[in-house]
Amino acid sequence: MTTQKIWQLLEQVCDPEVPVLTIVDLGVVREVNINPSNHKKEKEQVEVIITPTYSGCPAMNVIEMDIKATLAQNGYPNHKVTTVLSPAWTTDWMSENGRQKLKAYGIAPPEKGTVDKNALFQDDKQVQCPLCDSTNTKMTSQFGSTACKSLYKCLDCLEPFDYFKCH
Amino acid sequence: MTIPQAHLNYILQLGDNALILGHRLSEWCGHGPVLEQDIAMTNIALDLVGQARSLLQYAAQLEGKGRTEDDLAYLRDVWDFKNVLLVEQPNGDFAYTIARQFLFDVFNYFLHEQLQQSKDETLAAIAAKSLKEITYHLRWSSEWMIRLGDGTEESHEKIQTALNDTWMYTGELFNMNETDQLMLEEGIGVNLTHLENPYRQKVAAILNMATLQVPPKGWMQSGGKEGKHSEHLGFILAEMQFLQRAYPGAKW
Repeated sequence: MTTQKIWQLLEQVCDPEVPVLTIVDLGVVREVNINPSNHKKEKEQVEVIITPTYSGCPAMNVIEMDIKATLAQNGYPNHKVTTVLSPAWTTDWMSENGRQKLKAYGIAPPEKGTVDKNALFQDDKQVQCPLCDSTNTKMTSQFGSTACKSLYKCLDCLEPFDYFKCH
Repeated sequence: MTIPQAHLNYILQLGDNALILGHRLSEWCGHGPVLEQDIAMTNIALDLVGQARSLLQYAAQLEGKGRTEDDLAYLRDVWDFKNVLLVEQPNGDFAYTIARQFLFDVFNYFLHEQLQQSKDETLAAIAAKSLKEITYHLRWSSEWMIRLGDGTEESHEKIQTALNDTWMYTGELFNMNETDQLMLEEGIGVNLTHLENPYRQKVAAILNMATLQVPPKGWMQSGGKEGKHSEHLGFILAEMQFLQRAYPGAKW
């Protein structure tokens, strides 16, 4: 049994709220361990370590269930999912592949670097419109349809769009 | 009070603040003045309830009596709750909600900044995660203080009144009770008295930008952390706990 195969399987598990991203793209999966079993007859145990994106993210329970179902269906009945909080998840862990998929889906990917939110009234980051690539955009609401997004509008093509905010 | 008792109480104080304020904000769901702000308040509520889950899960684990986060949220009575009085105050109109949120967010921000250095690794991890969210809350409530204060004559008057009425609940935020004292000595908790100056300065700076007056010094209410609550908490619990009280053990 290798952890690489498990990682490949986890690539099939998508975020239920942003289904274009897998949990590996998002950086939610932190580690995969193969733990030796206690009984000789039992298979080794697969342990998947995940971290929540946001404290109140309602997707976490679904993600955990989906991981368990995927492992069970693929011949790994002995598994467990462990949630860790430290180090805290950051949007910097999102893969380049994931960022491109987000943009293609119509959601502006998070700007790199998570320092912006520490300054109270720092100017909003220039966010590129995922539809026409213009940076002439404006935030309409800091909070969007899910905890991880803000609402923006493009002042050139006039389309409203979601921005996956930095964390 | 033993150290383990104080440790449990400390986590409950933090968890109850998040839970009760989260519940209060969730009452705005579907009633926000505009759609974006309805979404903002429910988003913040979701963050707070999420933080409460992490904290109450940990409290249940520390207690070690087989209770769960849900038992702690749904099956304790008023006098068991350790939240500060500020967070249980009614939503009132939008100005009251913003004033309460702002006065709490500034405190919560400084508190969590310090809690990240706690010797309790679980608490430090929860704090580091929560701080990212609280930063967004503070930014939102500060911007609204400024917008309402420096807005129309009516919005200015309403937010100043709300601020004056809510001010008496800010003193309790910095009270060190026995739990806080013991946890400070253990390197787990924060010295709240050290937070008061930065708090008052930050609040004054935002109020200044908002063309609002810092309310005059006066009597400060306290008691929430010791389980002595205003009448409002009972009404919150009556609604929040109804299902588990009426149908014990009910599950989704």
